[in-house]
Amino acid sequence: MASLVGSRVERKEDKRFLTGKGRYTADINLANQTYAIFVRSPHARASIKKLNIDKALKSSGVVSILTGKEIADDKIGGLIAGWAIRSEDGTEMKCPGNPPLAKDNVNFVGDPVAVVIAESLAEAKEAAEKVEVDYKVLKAVTSTADAMNGDTIHEGIDKNLCFDWLLGDRQKVKEAFDKADKVISIDIINNRLIPNAMEPRACVADYNAASEEITLYTTSQNPHLSRLIMSAFGNVAPEHKLRVVAPDVGGGFGSKINVYNEDIVCSWAAKKINRAIKWVAERSESFLTDIHGRDHVTHAELAVTKDGKFLGFKNETIANLGAYARVFGTVTPTYLFGPCATGVYEIPAAYTNVKAVYTNTAPVDAYRGAGRPEATYTIERLVEKASMELGIDKTELRIKNFPTAFPFKQTLVHTVDSGDYVAGMEKAKQMADYKGFEARRKESEAKGKLRGIGVTSYFEACGIAPSAAVMSLGCGVGLWESAEVRFNPTGQVTVYTGSHSHGQSHQTTFAQIAADELGVPIENIDIVHGDTDKGTFGMGTYGSRSLAVGGIAIVNACKKIVEKGKRVTAKMLEANPEDVEFKDGEFIVSKSNKKKTIGEVAFACYLPGVRDEMKSPLPEGDEPGLKETSFYDPSNFSFPAGTHIAEVEIDPETGHVKLEKYTACDDFGRIINPMVVEGQVHGGLAQGIGQALYENAEYDETGQLMTGSYMDYTMPRADNFPEFNIGYTCTHATTNPLGVKGCGEAGAIAAPPTVMNAVIDALGGQEVTMPATAEKVWKACKNLKKSNAKAA
Amino acid sequence: MKDFNYHSAKDSKEASKLASSSSAFLAGGMTTIPSMKLGLATYKDLIDIKNIKKLSGIKVSGKSVTIGAATKHVEVSNSKDVKKAIPSLSSLAEGIGDPQVRNRGTIGGSIANNDPSADYPSACIALNATIHTNERKIEAAKFFKGMFETALKKGELIEAIEFQIPEKSSYQKHPNPASRYAIVGVYVAKHKADVNVAVTGAKSCVYNDKEMSKALSGNFSSSSIDGIDLDSSEMNTDMHASAEFRASLVVTQAKKAVDAC
Repeated sequence: MASLVGSRVERKEDKRFLTGKGRYTADINLANQTYAIFVRSPHARASIKKLNIDKALKSSGVVSILTGKEIADDKIGGLIAGWAIRSEDGTEMKCPGNPPLAKDNVNFVGDPVAVVIAESLAEAKEAAEKVEVDYKVLKAVTSTADAMNGDTIHEGIDKNLCFDWLLGDRQKVKEAFDKADKVISIDIINNRLIPNAMEPRACVADYNAASEEITLYTTSQNPHLSRLIMSAFGNVAPEHKLRVVAPDVGGGFGSKINVYNEDIVCSWAAKKINRAIKWVAERSESFLTDIHGRDHVTHAELAVTKDGKFLGFKNETIANLGAYARVFGTVTPTYLFGPCATGVYEIPAAYTNVKAVYTNTAPVDAYRGAGRPEATYTIERLVEKASMELGIDKTELRIKNFPTAFPFKQTLVHTVDSGDYVAGMEKAKQMADYKGFEARRKESEAKGKLRGIGVTSYFEACGIAPSAAVMSLGCGVGLWESAEVRFNPTGQVTVYTGSHSHGQSHQTTFAQIAADELGVPIENIDIVHGDTDKGTFGMGTYGSRSLAVGGIAIVNACKKIVEKGKRVTAKMLEANPEDVEFKDGEFIVSKSNKKKTIGEVAFACYLPGVRDEMKSPLPEGDEPGLKETSFYDPSNFSFPAGTHIAEVEIDPETGHVKLEKYTACDDFGRIINPMVVEGQVHGGLAQGIGQALYENAEYDETGQLMTGSYMDYTMPRADNFPEFNIGYTCTHATTNPLGVKGCGEAGAIAAPPTVMNAVIDALGGQEVTMPATAEKVWKACKNLKKSNAKAA
Repeated sequence: MKDFNYHSAKDSKEASKLASSSSAFLAGGMTTIPSMKLGLATYKDLIDIKNIKKLSGIKVSGKSVTIGAATKHVEVSNSKDVKKAIPSLSSLAEGIGDPQVRNRGTIGGSIANNDPSADYPSACIALNATIHTNERKIEAAKFFKGMFETALKKGELIEAIEFQIPEKSSYQKHPNPASRYAIVGVYVAKHKADVNVAVTGAKSCVYNDKEMSKALSGNFSSSSIDGIDLDSSEMNTDMHASAEFRASLVVTQAKKAVDAC
């Protein structure tokens, strides 16, 4: 039987998606359901003096209006930060309360203060407009860089500082810098982004008064985690009385990890009114209240010798958490960021210091790449600048500082099990025709255009997160994953996974893996996820972990099935279990022609004696049935890596940046389905290039979101991109049985510095902040013209 | 969206009769409907004019192209007659919004709305258009009064727009990267007697740039406007482009347009 792993199996999910048969949360309509509209703060920072619902209650069709008072009276808990971070001085991080409905204070535009529940959506909207809230508007804090100097947003949180965290050794770094021939320094901003999943958030909550059970259908990347948080911290219902279903979900990118206010409020309210409640975000609500991403202000320095060896690195970052610390809000700018700060280089001394601040803006949390794009942007911009200042070719300088042997023990945290960074660089250069660039630059110049080339070599720590490593860092919980593999008596297989698919194609790739492990045709394998009533538990999908953690749990459960199958076969065929081999779906007694198919074994496990010669094929100690479970806790992170090269052409008259060529050469370890991986790379690149050239979430000084619609927030479109030139090198991960590493975030991590390095190269080294919009680039071109004129 | 009464008028006369101070004419609805959905506009009555047959269609004579007010952008961009007579007008229509907008939006709606960043007003100015209404004929130069303001009176309905066929013309725009409206759009048209350089997006209302028109009337070459330093004091500033950048873009796009003629 040919192996399915590694082949371009067509996506099983496409039939329903491409024929409009997907079932998203907004498609779910329950009998007698009501509709919720949230009344949200129009102010970035205010105290609530008075909230009057009398007029709204009289509005037609209103079923109930609930406010922060009722939710507090019912002792429903607020939203939480999932990871505890300790400051350099040993103090615990400081997190404000974040009630699902604000009672006393609002802290960003969009913070909900009440929910209006009515018989129809139109009536709910009409009534919501009649809720009168008397706010005392306070001065908002919106700037990341100045947040520590602003008014105190949350009582008791001095300087708006959640924590002041250090990873690394300041003294060693000082010593390294003292020895340096040259120090390269850079000030950069990692711009704030809005995830913009195609499907806006939504939830439908139902209550069954007889079973006292709440069912919440919601747009979540991790339904089990949502249930856990809502039970353990939200006090919404005990876990066995709360079912969370995340059906088809149209993209998450991290924005749907969080349990949101609306999930908690609708679940709680459904029980209160004893009716189902439906809420679907409008796009403007998504812009305002989905978590945002990135938003760092960084000063970084690299100590180098004159011949280009890196000696030391420091990174001083202010990370904006927004108004509240959310689930991955505190770990994203620390443990997902700091350990990756030194990139793919041997740098003997390094530290990263992060001050995480609160502002009156939407909460910032994990967004595709989460911490690793910010880390990569810093080191790769710095290395590019070093190459300019040292006059060493940008690829040579990188190669000079790559590790030569694996495992590669980094200075800060990670031990990278495998990789070949030089091979990746060489292949990328060849794919991009790096040598031919100078000729192309001259051609552009002849047309009056500026051409630049940019390089990034990146690695990322994926497959989050091994418990042992996480615990040793002193933060939060380990993130294993579970899988359950069930055979039907007639031989089809259902795989329950705790990973959630919202675009990742698990239904196909996981089935490919199980098909190869079990020798069962792929059409006889179903992948089930997204429902806490099915499957034991799951940590969910983020951090490129589905395959490297969830996929391995499936492999391990399959291996247990095979082991049991061997025992059963041995009993059936009167052989020693040690003599039974398993290959392509058949259990074969070695040195004989005796064998059983896995289907026959499954049937025998459920219905012993019906088709078989034996009364019971089950060996002593084995129970009937064929079902195995695995909880897989990885021994280490996985470390995808690669080199990307971009070429841009700039029109100095208009500042227009045209991305001419983009080459991505990635090492994702073993690839399960090349077509799916290409899709992931394309999507990641679109988001990464979007950050570099187009996207920017901008607040004005009063905390109003200026880019609150597609009229002003530039989502990249297909015509913004060239044909992507994609290739791979492959070193298998040594820490998991499939040798896989993960691919979901690579594009978003590598593309911003790659594109910006190219833009800045074209601009003769002049710094431009992301996104490199026409006006910024036009101004830089004017400056370049002036300085060139002076030089001449 | 608040409830409203929907009317479908069978001719201009009926449409005009139904109009009141709380009504709006509905053609493609590409601005009206989103404005109503967002609560930025409320009307008691919407008077649909799409079913008035007389308002759709394209007629070309030796001197002019006349386009019915309810003609969709896609019809203008696809019209072989327009492509032949005024190719720049066809390509302008092809660059409005996205396919959905072009399949519903109409030329009359665009002009009546007079969005400062809309494309069609610049064509009207550059191509010495005459706006035919159910009451009178208005020269384009006197039609566009200010931001979202036109010479139309309440109940007055645009029936057609008549464009003068130029010797040469071109429309060039620097689009807003997000909305793809014009940050600056420049329509250059060389007529027998003179040259028009109509600019949209740069100021609160479309206008004919006299300085560049004059220079190009003397010598129709991009070199004659190269280096012109336009006064940016009345130009728009927003997060996508400062007045200074817009001033520079107007000249750049005008040069491009001349070169493309």
